[in-house]
Amino acid sequence: MAVEHRKAPRPGLVMDVDRSTPPILFHHGEGFRLERLPPGRSRIIYPAEPLAGLSDPEAAIRDALLNPLDSDPLPALLRPGMKLTIAFDDISLPLPPMRRPDIRQRIIEQVLDMAAAAGVDDVHLIAALALHRRMTDDELRHALGERVFDAFAPQGALYNHDAEDPDGMVELGRTGHDELVTMNRRAAESDLLVYVNINLVAMDGGWKSTATGLADYRSLRHHHNVGTMLNSRSFMDRPRSELHHSNWRQGEVIKANGPPIFQIETTVNNNTFGYDGPLSVLQKREWEWSARDRASFMAMHAGLKAMPPAACRGVFNRWLAPYEMTSVQAGAVEPVHESTTANVLAQHLVPVQDQTDVLTMGLPYICPYNVNSVMNPILVMCLGLGYFFNLYRGRPLVREGGVVIMSHPTRWEFHPVHHPSYIDFFEQLLAETTDPAELEAKYEAQFATDEWYVHLYRTSYAYHGVHPFYMWYWGAHALQWLGRVIVVGGDTRAVRRMGFQPASTLSDALEMAGDVVGPSPTITHVHNPPILMADVE
Amino acid sequence: MGIAHDLGLVQIRRRLPSPARALKARSFPLRAPTIPGGVDPPHVPGRTGVDFDTDWARRWPARMFRAAMVEGPMRAMVQVLASPRRHGTDRLSELEGPVIFAANHHSHIDTSLLLTSIPEPWRHKIVVGAAADYFFGSRVAGTVAALAMGAIPIERARVGRRSADYAAGLIDGGWSLLIYPEGGRSPDGWGQTFRGGAAYLALRCGVPVVPVHLQGTGAIMRKGRTTPKPGSATVTFGSPIRPAAGEKAPRLAARIEAAVTALADEASTDWYSARKRAHAGASGTLTGPQVGVWRRQWALGGRRRTPSTRSRRWPDL
Repeated sequence: MAVEHRKAPRPGLVMDVDRSTPPILFHHGEGFRLERLPPGRSRIIYPAEPLAGLSDPEAAIRDALLNPLDSDPLPALLRPGMKLTIAFDDISLPLPPMRRPDIRQRIIEQVLDMAAAAGVDDVHLIAALALHRRMTDDELRHALGERVFDAFAPQGALYNHDAEDPDGMVELGRTGHDELVTMNRRAAESDLLVYVNINLVAMDGGWKSTATGLADYRSLRHHHNVGTMLNSRSFMDRPRSELHHSNWRQGEVIKANGPPIFQIETTVNNNTFGYDGPLSVLQKREWEWSARDRASFMAMHAGLKAMPPAACRGVFNRWLAPYEMTSVQAGAVEPVHESTTANVLAQHLVPVQDQTDVLTMGLPYICPYNVNSVMNPILVMCLGLGYFFNLYRGRPLVREGGVVIMSHPTRWEFHPVHHPSYIDFFEQLLAETTDPAELEAKYEAQFATDEWYVHLYRTSYAYHGVHPFYMWYWGAHALQWLGRVIVVGGDTRAVRRMGFQPASTLSDALEMAGDVVGPSPTITHVHNPPILMADVE
Repeated sequence: MGIAHDLGLVQIRRRLPSPARALKARSFPLRAPTIPGGVDPPHVPGRTGVDFDTDWARRWPARMFRAAMVEGPMRAMVQVLASPRRHGTDRLSELEGPVIFAANHHSHIDTSLLLTSIPEPWRHKIVVGAAADYFFGSRVAGTVAALAMGAIPIERARVGRRSADYAAGLIDGGWSLLIYPEGGRSPDGWGQTFRGGAAYLALRCGVPVVPVHLQGTGAIMRKGRTTPKPGSATVTFGSPIRPAAGEKAPRLAARIEAAVTALADEASTDWYSARKRAHAGASGTLTGPQVGVWRRQWALGGRRRTPSTRSRRWPDL
């Protein structure tokens, strides 16, 4: 990215494809495809260039803690003898993991420094991971830094949330919609709960941080379900998200019966692949690729094609994004989140006119649930039809009955440690039905309470038994909305198992899409990542 | 006294036949004239001590040589002797431009350890403040120090503007400075009170000071020893200290010393406990208790490793 663009980043762009448009980059798992889109009826949505990061993040954090929104300054909330708990977002944020120092480290060190000044001895730090897998020591060390880890982990004061600990959860009450609210006991019984968040997309943060991150299955099931997903338009747009409405209702219960909460939220820019370096070409627009960019892309592409998938995964898993913090706000949950959401949307939102018949997307190697892991077929579905499809405000990018074409290898492979219940879900349940509502009704409770899955979640590094259901629900809105889903370059058996259609090339996929939406359909490609959110008029 | 003396080179040289000594044994005019009383001796420009010219050591050939030295033999030597653990480099992530690294000082290995620990972009554009009377006492020693470490002569025996001007000029020119504010290696394992040089230069040049704490190097090669003994060392970088508006050098020097003291506490306990003590003003001191010699040694406790000696059940008869 040229230096002048760094100073004045360009907003997102909707570009109509013509005959002179070069082939377009599609992410394809741990690889890439260059595809030509039909001219005259195709358009490409490019994300905005990275906004400028805060020039002095440390000072900005300090200022946020000392001048919070609708709250006393943090030092005024700290006192000797109090019980302080600091909860923080887990490995699923940001994506990919960011270079050191991680935002969580920056914030938590300042929070702890203030706690040290106040003489607070009883401090616990909890990774608020809900039903995600536990973070390893290395991952915690990366997120929080050596100093915090070495000060708290050896004495057992830094640990992962355990939603299945029979003594570790408390019930805070029920919402007006009879939704149970549970919370980690240590957090609930604290004199102050500080939550440290990283907002990568508009879905994150707010009451979702505490009402989801520190809850258990009994509480999560009220919003992580098919009905909620079908009634969210979309779950990335909080005012129109039933998921968030439920979380906010639970937040009211937490406010009434839970601990005082000091929320700290941050946003990052779109600098996912760096301004320079080997991956920087991935966040440039194709017609602006220099000779050096083209050479590095060809070398990378050829190298990745020559390597086995596991080695490619290793290469990508070592990539740490050079994200820069664009804002930090602290204080009461609601005003903080309002400000955070505005800052997220300032980076992500791209105005788009009209819906399209066919939506194409290249799915990258990572989603929130396969950091340092394998992107299994269920996660491919969740990333494409859950996250990318729902990155809209107003109306879906694709019209009702339209077609989504995803590009991803979609290998029939799973991480046996991280995703044990996914294997059974994929091999047994999806062979029977792919209907989210039917899966929910018949099998969710069985998987959620399976003792073996619970054991693996608590003692190993496994996602909870119910987690693959949630991933499937995440795509429920898209499955209901779309006429067909086609996967380009995917494993045929795996794609068919999920009820989608496989295609070898994009041309084949577009031909197949014509059967559903008619000849010469309009096509829209979302050039994501870096992340964009379509504001569809 | 100098580094050549400490390493035994002076004694060896005295035993060798010397043309200079042979000449000195002869009388004038074979030797230099004596100066009569009441006249000023002719001025001879000095070429050692604070007058030692080190400009050549910052030109590209010397820098390339030094970079190769630091990344090659010096790094290998440090790894073998000190097995270093390095903490806190992330605290420097927002820093740009020249900085002053201020560290406590226990051993000759400190400089090698720091030169291989200080992160880029400072590592290869840094000068080391070295005692003019010690490292630059002779042309050979000065040349080696300037070439291998990027050393510049700093007067420590008296307050002098010359070396301060010289160091300030280098900082203004974009060079970072590594300095030991204690003025020399620890004589007994405890630190010494920080002098104001680093603070003065930071205020004068408007650059931040990075406090650095070194632990364990005294056990590897403390003052007075000529052979190192492998051990383990820890380098802890602190948060940069920026001079406040209107701040005076003594106050800034005290802040730097307090920061290094807190880092010492952090290195021997954990970060949060150290921060609590730092806020409570209870981080302890670098200089140790002001009591009798044996009690100071006693208070060092496990900080100094006792040199191992072969136990002897019976005396030699």
